[in-house]
Amino acid sequence: MKERQDDFKDRRKHLSEMSDEALKAYFFELTEKVVDPLLDLAHKNTSKSIERSVLLRMGFSSIEATAIVNVLHEHGLLRKGAGHCVYRLSRDYKITLREAGQRIVDADGISELLEVFK
Amino acid sequence: MKSLNPSSKINVHEILEDLANYKPRRRGWIWRQKESITLNEFTYEQASPSLKRSVPLPSARALNNIDPQPDCVVTTEIASGRFEDDIRRMRMAAYHGADHVMVIRTAGQSHFDGLLEGTPQGVGGIPITRKQLRAQRRALDLIEEEVGRPINYHSYVSGVAGPEIAVLFTEEGVNGAHQDPQYNILYRNINMIRSFVDAAESKRVMAYANMAQIDGAHNANATARDAWKVMPELLVQHGINSVFSEKVGIRPENICLSTVPPAAAPSPDLKLNLPYAVALREFFSKYKMRAQMNTKYMDSSTREATVTHVINLLISRLTSVDIQSTITPDEGRNVPWHIYNIEALDTAKQALVAMDDILSMVTLKTDGYLYDKKREIQERAVLMLEEIIDMGGYFEAVESGLFVDSGEYPARNGDGISREMNGGVSAGSFIARDPDYMAPVTAHYGYNNIEQYDSTCVDNPASLIGGSTFERPEMVQFIDELDLTDNVNLRLEETEKYRSSSLLKPEVEWLGDGVITMDLFFPISEDLASEAALEAANKMRLKDVEVIHQEVLHPSEGTRVQVKGRVDFDIDTSTLKRREKTEQIPEEEILEYVKKHPIKVIAGTGGHDEHSVGIREVLDIKHGGIEKYGIPYTYLGTSVPIEKFVDAAIEMDAQCIMMSTIISHDDTHYKNMEKLHQYAVEKGVRERLILIAGGTQVTPEIARKHQVDQGFGRGTKGHHIASYLVKRLKEMGHNAD
Repeated sequence: MKERQDDFKDRRKHLSEMSDEALKAYFFELTEKVVDPLLDLAHKNTSKSIERSVLLRMGFSSIEATAIVNVLHEHGLLRKGAGHCVYRLSRDYKITLREAGQRIVDADGISELLEVFK
Repeated sequence: MKSLNPSSKINVHEILEDLANYKPRRRGWIWRQKESITLNEFTYEQASPSLKRSVPLPSARALNNIDPQPDCVVTTEIASGRFEDDIRRMRMAAYHGADHVMVIRTAGQSHFDGLLEGTPQGVGGIPITRKQLRAQRRALDLIEEEVGRPINYHSYVSGVAGPEIAVLFTEEGVNGAHQDPQYNILYRNINMIRSFVDAAESKRVMAYANMAQIDGAHNANATARDAWKVMPELLVQHGINSVFSEKVGIRPENICLSTVPPAAAPSPDLKLNLPYAVALREFFSKYKMRAQMNTKYMDSSTREATVTHVINLLISRLTSVDIQSTITPDEGRNVPWHIYNIEALDTAKQALVAMDDILSMVTLKTDGYLYDKKREIQERAVLMLEEIIDMGGYFEAVESGLFVDSGEYPARNGDGISREMNGGVSAGSFIARDPDYMAPVTAHYGYNNIEQYDSTCVDNPASLIGGSTFERPEMVQFIDELDLTDNVNLRLEETEKYRSSSLLKPEVEWLGDGVITMDLFFPISEDLASEAALEAANKMRLKDVEVIHQEVLHPSEGTRVQVKGRVDFDIDTSTLKRREKTEQIPEEEILEYVKKHPIKVIAGTGGHDEHSVGIREVLDIKHGGIEKYGIPYTYLGTSVPIEKFVDAAIEMDAQCIMMSTIISHDDTHYKNMEKLHQYAVEKGVRERLILIAGGTQVTPEIARKHQVDQGFGRGTKGHHIASYLVKRLKEMGHNAD
């Protein structure tokens, strides 16, 4: 950012009449304006770390979660949710969640999922 | 596992035993119970219940060993890189008042994409792994029971694996964490979008676990060229993280602002820091204050750092504090050592207790300089937010380099940190969720299409799979060790002799490290003083010698140098002889006895000896001598002939003679003791007189061997002698009721 002299005295003019309470309320109103688009972004997106954290909560180890997420990512399936993929295989093939995870890493899980989410 | 016994060491082997099946006892942050307490005759208003076991401040000796605990949570930061050694430090810290143990992560972990496992050694912290967390939490579960106060365990949910770490922390009973996406962006150059996407998930998990969250704004102080100029921006950074966190679901009472007084003396500390502290607390009144101490202006002087921190504590008490951080005074020169964690904790405890209830006596002015400056900082912060919005939002503002500029906003010096929206570590690594995206787990943030499978599970997504690890901890997978060349078992083996035999080494951070420090003064100028210190250490056969601090006393008259080095010998404690311990009777008991049964003492320095300082210290009320306990004495002076002691005792009808003596050639001091005894026998008063010899070289054993009743050596206080007198007189049936 370019250098700029301190122009506080001019800039503050519109704040000068505000009470302390009003200034505080205005501070948080502005902060919300800054934050809301960030929340929206988080609401709509995911990441490898988030998906691994979902798999941890489903009972996979960090090593297993990494392997599953990497292979799902390679095939563009993280947009469905890693937990979703594991759940779907477990439900469709009547196997445990952990078996479903294994199926994704070293068997036909990926092609089955690509079929499901075609 | 057995509970801890104060007289035995914590057993690391037992902590590691069957760790795979250990479950933490609780989740969530615990604040201290704030209440007014009375100890001795003192009432403390900003206090919390006393501990079951603790080590009081040194001067509590004169105050019945009271150990008042302040009302705020007190932090200690531990970073040795070996969790097994950190556990011992945690226990010591808990005894000195820490109930928030913050474990620093090893260098580089924030860029590691995933979780680490096992127990590798770290640098400047430990690699945060499930095994290390579980071992430390297990130890803390025992330690909190031992001291009688819950201990909050804390580390960092940042970097590119934030959400996984948040889940790990929840599963392992970690109670608090740093979480602030701005930290990732500004200081770790992790992609901005990824940082906020991950942060929402991390924060949702932390909210579920009721963890306390500490933000990362204080880093702006440490980074900016002139820390006090970054104050308006600090309000902005605190605001962004706090509001983001609250909207994700963290309760305001668990959102803690990490706030540092930005300036330090020799700048006018309070004039810069106090208006800022007031501005911050006024805006953020619904959140909590984690008062961090200044590290920006820390040098290698532990004295200077301690003074800065005490002034920081004054600001805490003049405004408010919920979590008081304690920065170790050696942080400016090494990774903190055991003793400095304890010094820092004692500094905080001493200062907080000393300034108890200060605001009932002084009030901060609401007009003039303090008000004007506070308002100015707040307005500058508001103006910065306006510009962020004008620029198009947070990402655009960061791209333009608006943040961490060394100018005081709105002034800009063009040296801010700039990050690209599509740049940085893990750029482009976020993925848009499809309409059928789903995650069947607890505490997941954002869009989650559960109803496509079962609309009854929408409010509890994990019920779709019968519960997640948060509800069913038995589902958690435990990995023990992955690296056979770097793990705790190998480290324990190397140091086992210091754990299970009588061998001992001095230590600063790791068992058996052998590190010692020396404080030296040389009457020469600075340029050669450090060389002289290194040479001195070499002649003393220290290894790995380094100068850790140097201070000019005068450009030519002298320089102070502190060096550290390692000794390579062991001490065998089985060959050491224990010194006799002097018994101490409670002060009230002595006073009560003496009131009922008056005692008189004859005192002086015996033989041809003009020393009198030592004996005056154990006699005078001013020095806490026997007079303080209501025992009057007749002081005969120095070089008192031995006979005169006994004659005076008979004349005054005294019960005790205290003779001071220094070591001399020809064993005169021993002979004087025997002579005192002999003369009392000759005069027929030996039976009713208590003869005491004292002096720096006297030991109880030597004294008794030479016919007097007891001897007192270096470090003796009036309390020791008064206790002995009362005990002995009771045995003799003096003035029996």
